[in-house]
Amino acid sequence: MTDRVVNAVVGSASRGVPMSALARYGVWVVAAAVLAVLPFVFGSGLALTVMSLMGIAVIFSLSYNILLGQTGLLSFGHAVYYGFGGYLAVHAMKAIVANGLPVPLPVIPLVGGLAGLFFAALFGWVSTKRSGTAFAMISLGLAELIGSSALILRGFFGGEEGITADRTKLLRILDWSFGPQVQVYYLIAVWCLLCAILMYAVTRTPLGRMCNAVRDNPERVQFVGYDPRMVRFLAFCLSGLFAGVAGALAAINFEIANSALFGAVQSGTVLLATFMGGAGFFFGPVLGAVLVVYLQLMLSDLTGIWQLYFGLLFIAMVMFAPSGLAGLIMMHRPLWRARALHRMVPAYFVALVPLLVMLAGAALMIEMFHHLMVKAVEGPAMKFMYIPLHANAVGPWLVGLLMAGGGFLLFHRSFRVVAAAWNRTGVADAAGGRP
Amino acid sequence: MLELLIVSTLNGVLFGMLLFLMASGLTLIFSMMGVLNFAHASFYMLGAFFGFQISRWVGFWPALVVGPVLVGAIGAVVERFGLRNVHRHGHVPELLFTFGLAFVIEEVVQMIWGKSPVDFRVPEVLDFPAFTIFATNYPAYKLFMLLISIGIFVALFAVLTKTRIGLIVQASLTHPNMVAHLGHNVPLVFMLVFGLGSALAAIAGVIAGPALVTQSNMAALLGPILFVVVVVGGLGSLSGAFVASLLIGLLQTFAVSVNVSLADVFAVFGFTPGPDSMLDDLWRVTVAQIAPILPYLLLVLVLILKPSGLMGTRET
Repeated sequence: MTDRVVNAVVGSASRGVPMSALARYGVWVVAAAVLAVLPFVFGSGLALTVMSLMGIAVIFSLSYNILLGQTGLLSFGHAVYYGFGGYLAVHAMKAIVANGLPVPLPVIPLVGGLAGLFFAALFGWVSTKRSGTAFAMISLGLAELIGSSALILRGFFGGEEGITADRTKLLRILDWSFGPQVQVYYLIAVWCLLCAILMYAVTRTPLGRMCNAVRDNPERVQFVGYDPRMVRFLAFCLSGLFAGVAGALAAINFEIANSALFGAVQSGTVLLATFMGGAGFFFGPVLGAVLVVYLQLMLSDLTGIWQLYFGLLFIAMVMFAPSGLAGLIMMHRPLWRARALHRMVPAYFVALVPLLVMLAGAALMIEMFHHLMVKAVEGPAMKFMYIPLHANAVGPWLVGLLMAGGGFLLFHRSFRVVAAAWNRTGVADAAGGRP
Repeated sequence: MLELLIVSTLNGVLFGMLLFLMASGLTLIFSMMGVLNFAHASFYMLGAFFGFQISRWVGFWPALVVGPVLVGAIGAVVERFGLRNVHRHGHVPELLFTFGLAFVIEEVVQMIWGKSPVDFRVPEVLDFPAFTIFATNYPAYKLFMLLISIGIFVALFAVLTKTRIGLIVQASLTHPNMVAHLGHNVPLVFMLVFGLGSALAAIAGVIAGPALVTQSNMAALLGPILFVVVVVGGLGSLSGAFVASLLIGLLQTFAVSVNVSLADVFAVFGFTPGPDSMLDDLWRVTVAQIAPILPYLLLVLVLILKPSGLMGTRET
């Protein structure tokens, strides 16, 4: 026990030592290089569109994580600030074009950010009075309020069809028209990197630390003389600012702002992305945003009920991996450091096979059910993973049931293998896995 | 005018009582587990669809009993095998679990019954006008809904305050450890309360299904209003939920029949806003048009004036 305490103290002390400049700035340089090179590797129109969406989602999710991960505020209405960022960006673009003002496109996201900041300050003043569940419900109520108002106030929000603007008509610098998608991609990439650096920097400031304190123990924050409500409010404003930037970039990307920007789907997706990526780590939302955008596009190609799989995946993550993908990765860091990671591979393989069998069996049954319910007019013949079968025959259902059930039993048993392998590495103990 | 007043009051009380049927279960579950069940409106939707399906097979009356029982069982299973496991991770994962559940239930309902409204009809026995006030025929079914919800309200109140079971439940909400030390199975109580809460929502679903529209988006439409009710009433306060339910029910019903806009109000004082400003709609929109957003405005207003809700005592 004493050893652990000493370990912990030494560990935290060594983390407190300033990192070398290479370690501190290297990661951002690498990120910038990757973002710059990506269009040369994946140059197709589809890839550029997907990467642009990912960039926007990354900023949005990181901004959401200022609330969820860093301040412990669960919001169901973050899309409000995203939406205002988008609307104000389109209005600004229209005004600039109409009046012929000498303003280039790359500064438009700033307008969106200020819009997000303004409305976050306005609504945050009310909603950050409460924390916890009440805050979550208030954010939901505010999102409904704004979403419905957007349809009523047609003059500003443009009703159902929204408002549009032409991004190519603004002042040009270096002859960039921002017509081609690749130029928009670079605009998004630069803003994405800039916002990520700023948001990371915020986590290092005293304000960022106080946010964590408010998340962990608001009572003690009051004891040391801070007002938790003010800290929550400031975090909320910052979060709104970056959400506004993301919304403006989305509006530039699509050249339209409509009431869907405010929608519950938008708020829900950012929550899913952030949580699945891992709210406890700075890079978690980045992983989550990339994964969710990719899954949305890929799964919607594969199956008509991808949202169901998406929801089930989310529930599974909440139940079994509440620290998200980033949490799973960081769990392996001690092993990686001790160069013992390879010793886990056989055990993971033993667990992976029944898991895949189980998932395939479950997916088979869900797809057959879906086919019978929704596509009844097409007859019982269907294909699952290129295998033709009849959805109303007994055989496929038995196979599905056997795969799902058998896979589950074997997967459950494989936990012991994995746990044993984990213990054999001996690293988990030293890292404080158990006393 | 009097006609409007009476009919709107009846409809408002009816909507309010329906809201309370759901809000009561939600409040009980919140007091018990400290987590708001995001999927509560989904149980209401499941109730409506189960009611529709069962009444197709064996008629409306069995459906009124079997539907809620089935949904209650589903709720109990969700608590036993889902929420109880997530509980150790903390409140945020619990809330997110129910959020994911709401998502999945909506998808499954869409898969089975489709996206368009189903033809859930008022049972023939009740398909007649109960009475006529001035020129309006008030349907008997609405009266029946009102009676059912008031009946359940009275029964719930009686069980909670007058019976031994009710006392154990109440004690488990506030002092779970003490109740467990006295030899009661507190986890079982929690599971039953969760099941009962889900069943209450399902009853609301079965009786509201024929009167409102039974469609796969009904949970998403009603859910936010339900949360407004519990926050406005004060989280964890059953009497607060009752007052807020009625308040919001009446507010929404009356607002629909008021055709006044800000411009009209200002016109009385001889002031007319400029014609072509971008926020022009803000002046011209009528109260009836903003009826759907009034509950949310009320929420903001209550939070500014009394952050803990009308009758709430908790801070979080």
